[in-house]
Amino acid sequence: MRALTWHGKHDVRVETVDDPEIINPRDAIIKITSTAICGSDLHLYDGYIPTMQKGDILGHEFMGEVVEVGAKSTLKKGQRVVVPFTISCGGCFHCEKHQYSACENGLPAENQEIAQTLYGHPMAGLFGYSHMTGGYAGGQAEYVRVPFSDVGPIVIPEGVDDDKVLFLSDILPTGWMAAENADIEPGDTVAVWGCGPVGLFAVQSAFLMGAERVIAIDHFPHRLELARRFGAETINFEESKTYDALMEMTGGIGPDACIDSVGLEAHGLFADNVVDQIKVSTFMGTDRAHSIRQAIIACRKGGRVSMPAVYGGFVDKFPLGAFMEKDLTLKTGQTHVQHYMPALLNAIMEDKVDTTFLISHRLPLEQAAEGYRMFHDKQNEVTKIVLKPGMDQAQAA
Amino acid sequence: MGDILTADQQDDAPATAAKQGGGSDATAKTVTINRPRQDIYDFWSDFSNLAQVMDNVVSIETMDHRRSHWTVRAPGGSIVEWTSLVTEDRPGELIAWMSEEGADVPNSGRIEFRDAPGGRGTWVTATILYDPPAGIIGKVIAKMFQREPHIQARRDLRRLKQLMETGEIATAARTKAQYEEEQN
Repeated sequence: MRALTWHGKHDVRVETVDDPEIINPRDAIIKITSTAICGSDLHLYDGYIPTMQKGDILGHEFMGEVVEVGAKSTLKKGQRVVVPFTISCGGCFHCEKHQYSACENGLPAENQEIAQTLYGHPMAGLFGYSHMTGGYAGGQAEYVRVPFSDVGPIVIPEGVDDDKVLFLSDILPTGWMAAENADIEPGDTVAVWGCGPVGLFAVQSAFLMGAERVIAIDHFPHRLELARRFGAETINFEESKTYDALMEMTGGIGPDACIDSVGLEAHGLFADNVVDQIKVSTFMGTDRAHSIRQAIIACRKGGRVSMPAVYGGFVDKFPLGAFMEKDLTLKTGQTHVQHYMPALLNAIMEDKVDTTFLISHRLPLEQAAEGYRMFHDKQNEVTKIVLKPGMDQAQAA
Repeated sequence: MGDILTADQQDDAPATAAKQGGGSDATAKTVTINRPRQDIYDFWSDFSNLAQVMDNVVSIETMDHRRSHWTVRAPGGSIVEWTSLVTEDRPGELIAWMSEEGADVPNSGRIEFRDAPGGRGTWVTATILYDPPAGIIGKVIAKMFQREPHIQARRDLRRLKQLMETGEIATAARTKAQYEEEQN
């Protein structure tokens, strides 16, 4: 089959590799019909994530048709499914509590030691996201092996477009969980750092959960415009100073809840960011954390900070004093995708949530490397690229 | 080799926990498995099941209700063997064993099953002590069994947990050929 493989910083290639096969009884093989490039794939592309190996197949947002099932899979050939990016067993203590991303059995035993050392505990497996998260081949390919296929994939009703449901795999549940973690109360003002896909879904979700105002923060005019379409007010941090703007927009109170959906590649010429970049490039630190620092400083006293953004290691100058003195609550975590999928599929079917607005480009799988370059270099215009393995080169749009 | 854990300690941390300044030669680890004590005991008490969850084990043949013959891969392509004798068997609670005279790598161990608090299944504690022979071969074998013995024990227990909780052992292999390669 053809698949998008990683070879190093800014070097991804579409290559021919062996087709996946059923290995374990609960496996299924999915023929991919749509697979997206995620903002967090750019962390791999930029070389920020350790434990990558040459030839690794990327991609953790995908859907397709079931073409083969193991003896204990509950799926049937021909069904269309969206696959969660987290690989979770469904039977451990955490899965039973619906904390799917904390699954104890998703990672092969030999891949659990890195997270055990770095984080204290191993986490769920992830598709196409380094060997620390299992070394599983991802879905930017023609076919993928899906473990625990009786627990993860959700079956999509006939006649629903891929583009409407694809984002159930990651970014829609991630944006929703971000808003849920912000414990939004009626009348709240919610500030969202970063208007990428997760941030934009967090904006939509916050309004659905009863926020009175949402303030979206970014520096890409097109992304701010998308946030405005959902009713958000905006701050362009290249125009205005974020903290001052937030204080003036909230009568000095500060936002009741702050959502950081930027994470470890925060952009902008802020003093702390420049120091972070130097430290990252010299291996003295791993994470650039300007947005979470700013969210904590801006948040109102007794407020809530939600952090869907991906961080991988350690940060310097974390404002622990402000966090303590202001009585803040911080909630975060990889998304418990399986928990949110059924309700969010219903919300899509009932037209309560719109996802298709996000897709700016559709490309054949063969043009995936070009897709990575575009997404990396043109973040204003390129909001989301969906790769279609079955697509004719000429149909690209 | 009798009781391999000592009670000489001044806090409530179990003897299986790593100690300041090193110490015990025994490798011991505890894992919580979300299944009843008896189920896990039943699986373990059939020693022929264990090759599935243990690294480097080529085969375990049950000889009679107390004895089993172990064949284990050693560095450099060689094989070490021993016959293991069950020295204590308390159904649902504990199995202890030690190798018989003439073992390539004398060893002993015990596995204990306790109800986890809060209805979380079973605490499974494995304690394994290897006594490698003297000489150069002994050193190589010692390195294999004791280089990272805690990590080895933890991995084996994790595979046991995966098999008991999910019915299979997680692998990232994409093809059967890759899977076969991982198993060898």
